[in-house]
Amino acid sequence: MAAKKLNIKDKYRLLTRDLDWEFSYQDRKEAFPYEEFEGIKITDWSKWEDPFRLTMDAYWKYQAEKEKKLYAIFDAFAQNNGHLNISDPRYANALKIFLTGVSPLEYQAFQGFAHTGRQFGGVGARIACQMQSIDELRHVQTQIHAMSHYNKFFDGFQDWSHMHDRVWYLSVPKSFFDDARSAGPFEYLVAISFSFEYVLTNLLFVPFMSGAAYNGDMATVTFGFSAQSDEARHMTLGLEVIKFLLEQHEDNVPIVQKWIDKWFWRGTRLLSIVAMMMDYMLPNKVMSWKEAWEVYFEEAGGSLFKDLARYGIRMPKYAETTEKEKEHVSHQAWWIFYNYGQAAGFHTWIPTDKELDWLSEKYPETFDKYYRPRWELARQMEAEGKRFYNPGLPQLCNCCQIPMGFTEMDDPTQIAYRQTVYNGERYHFCSDGCHDIFVDEPEKYVQSWLPVHQIFQGNCGGPGVEDVLRDYYRMNVGADNLDIKGSPDEQRWNAWKGVA
Amino acid sequence: MTIEIKTSTLEPVRQTYANIARRFGDKPATRYQEATYDVQAETNFHYRPLWQPQHELNDKGRTAIQMEDWYAFRDPRQYYYGAYVGQRARMQENAENNYAFFEKRNLADRLGDGIRAGLIRFLVPLRHVEHAANLNNMYGTAYGYGTAITQAMLYDGMDRLGIAQYFSRIGLILDGNSGEALIEAKRAWMEDPLWQGLRALCEETLVTRDWFELFVAQDLVLDSLIGQLVYDQYDAWLADNGGQDVAMLTEFMQEWRKDRTRWVDAVLKTAAAESDDNRALLRDWAAKWRGKAAEALSPLAREMLGEEALEQALAELEKRMAKAGIN
Ligand SMILES: [Fe+2]
Ligand SMILES: [Fe+2]
Ligand SMILES: [Zn+2]
Repeated sequence: MAAKKLNIKDKYRLLTRDLDWEFSYQDRKEAFPYEEFEGIKITDWSKWEDPFRLTMDAYWKYQAEKEKKLYAIFDAFAQNNGHLNISDPRYANALKIFLTGVSPLEYQAFQGFAHTGRQFGGVGARIACQMQSIDELRHVQTQIHAMSHYNKFFDGFQDWSHMHDRVWYLSVPKSFFDDARSAGPFEYLVAISFSFEYVLTNLLFVPFMSGAAYNGDMATVTFGFSAQSDEARHMTLGLEVIKFLLEQHEDNVPIVQKWIDKWFWRGTRLLSIVAMMMDYMLPNKVMSWKEAWEVYFEEAGGSLFKDLARYGIRMPKYAETTEKEKEHVSHQAWWIFYNYGQAAGFHTWIPTDKELDWLSEKYPETFDKYYRPRWELARQMEAEGKRFYNPGLPQLCNCCQIPMGFTEMDDPTQIAYRQTVYNGERYHFCSDGCHDIFVDEPEKYVQSWLPVHQIFQGNCGGPGVEDVLRDYYRMNVGADNLDIKGSPDEQRWNAWKGVA
Repeated sequence: MTIEIKTSTLEPVRQTYANIARRFGDKPATRYQEATYDVQAETNFHYRPLWQPQHELNDKGRTAIQMEDWYAFRDPRQYYYGAYVGQRARMQENAENNYAFFEKRNLADRLGDGIRAGLIRFLVPLRHVEHAANLNNMYGTAYGYGTAITQAMLYDGMDRLGIAQYFSRIGLILDGNSGEALIEAKRAWMEDPLWQGLRALCEETLVTRDWFELFVAQDLVLDSLIGQLVYDQYDAWLADNGGQDVAMLTEFMQEWRKDRTRWVDAVLKTAAAESDDNRALLRDWAAKWRGKAAEALSPLAREMLGEEALEQALAELEKRMAKAGIN
């Protein structure tokens, strides 16, 4: 019998889409119970267009090839002491933020997509989620392995997962993903697949991976290249999710718009850590945060939202605010960490002269006017032996959990405060965006585990901040924290390089 | 002769991550260890899930099984992602060669009509069983606790999707890519009284809430019984009745079954050895699902293989339960 040729779409349908069946013995809603409570209307799952049609055998094959190459590089990197090739020991601190702040989110993505990969009633959507789930597990594990060698030679990597659950600034990324994962399955996909993976991913990925390439970090850059084809799949899923939800029912449009607004704002707040990493922590700069924002959000995002206008979707709320923020946010964020550097699990420093000049050039509107004078003052104090640390603990925004240090964007000398009262309690926010998110779902955000509140309530040991750092965070106080100047990291680097 | 290459050695500050050092001492760790232990968030969750407010996002309370340390479920295969896909890629390469050979030599044409009809009736509908197994292992992935067991459940879930796709390909080989064998097999799955017991049972697993109970139902009881019937007895029957070439198409599943049985048995043994309470739970669950599965499979086993077939399969399940200490 001559077998007829099947095209990929038909083959995928037969091999995969047709596996599910109509139940006869149980209520299908009991098996897929979370599809309705968010108010999203799905009229026909079969309209789901598979964003990629990869069967498992092909998946195993491609991914194993990529893993083989990746681990060959990791092995060579360790054997040849690849950490000696980084541009400057300060660079390692960007990796510490990555491992303690970002890698655990890859893990949460693995969990979140396992949840949606079990819960969606449509087999096509489920399996796309399952494949992303296993990809995300890949990402966290390869990142742990990529950083494994750095951990042997630098401080601050060693207790990354313990830290992620506890340390004050790490509640920013942690609460971001907890928020997405505790939402319903459709909001989760709009949050992570669309708003994050599709709209904002380049602003996380490009800075870290190009930063690695510019700073001699072979292990991370190889991981980045290796993950690129996974990310391409994740982005196509993000786009399909949005189109599918919007095409299924017009009642979905306002719900999806609200989620886009929320997750865009959540995302930009999370990315302020990336902004400071790009502008202040990379010894060899890739581009400024402002430039990255313009290329990857204003241009790319702008045309995306023009495209989505036909569904009745508009630009995310407060996109105009971010146009002003791009001038300020990295400077304000690094200043916060410089101030609280005694309580951070990585090192901080004052930019060099060359770096100050670069910042002046990249931020002609704001840097010389508002931020350069601060660094010059800090420099002067340091020279007098009075390196400044803020001994207190900052108040945190009840939504994004970033210390309340961001200013009004029209008046960068004025810290922005927003507040609301809910059930007789007052809650504080860093911005209108965060305020609105809280007010829309107060019962959710009153639950926030705010690290500073928790310390004051005695839930993190103590009594002093140093006790918390040492006993509750398990930091090696005096090694992991404080200025890079005089740190063990710096001393070892100088010894390796034969610098006195 | 060995050449000794000189590399410069620097003294590391520490040999591995602190959590690994706390568990195993500060010495060089394996990739499995660093990728597995303590990776999942443990505490200080910000919000209760809207979809399950009675639980935290990561919550030990989604099963009645209790463990002092959920990372006791070390995978004897030590699969982290890279090791897992590497192993499966080797298996699929072999499968691909088998399928290519089978198709190139038109071996489907050499199967008698009876064998062919039997395959469509008995083997191809298993793609739906595997689909349920995929969902059930995803359930453990999503709601289980600790990376040691949840990652292994994810690998198993993805395996089951792969196997469902292999069964579908067998159908397409039998029907010359028309899809008719798949339609026929699905009709059997939906309507043939032989399959209804098993279909009802699969649907019941899909509404089972305790993820560890579901692990016992799916990965121990159902898989043990179906595996023994299909990959041992039916395979032997085919070999004796002119269908020996079919073994080329199921070799992946045969190899997979050996591989994952080691893991399933290790999990059960660890959970049972933890406490008498766990052992009692596991024993109850195994007995409950063994009874349901025996009833569901009985007409199918009889029709496919004869009177004694189910007894043999049950005997193997008994043996595995005894080995884990839950008989
Ligand atoms: Fe990822
Ligand atoms: Fe991704
Ligand atoms: Zn905020």
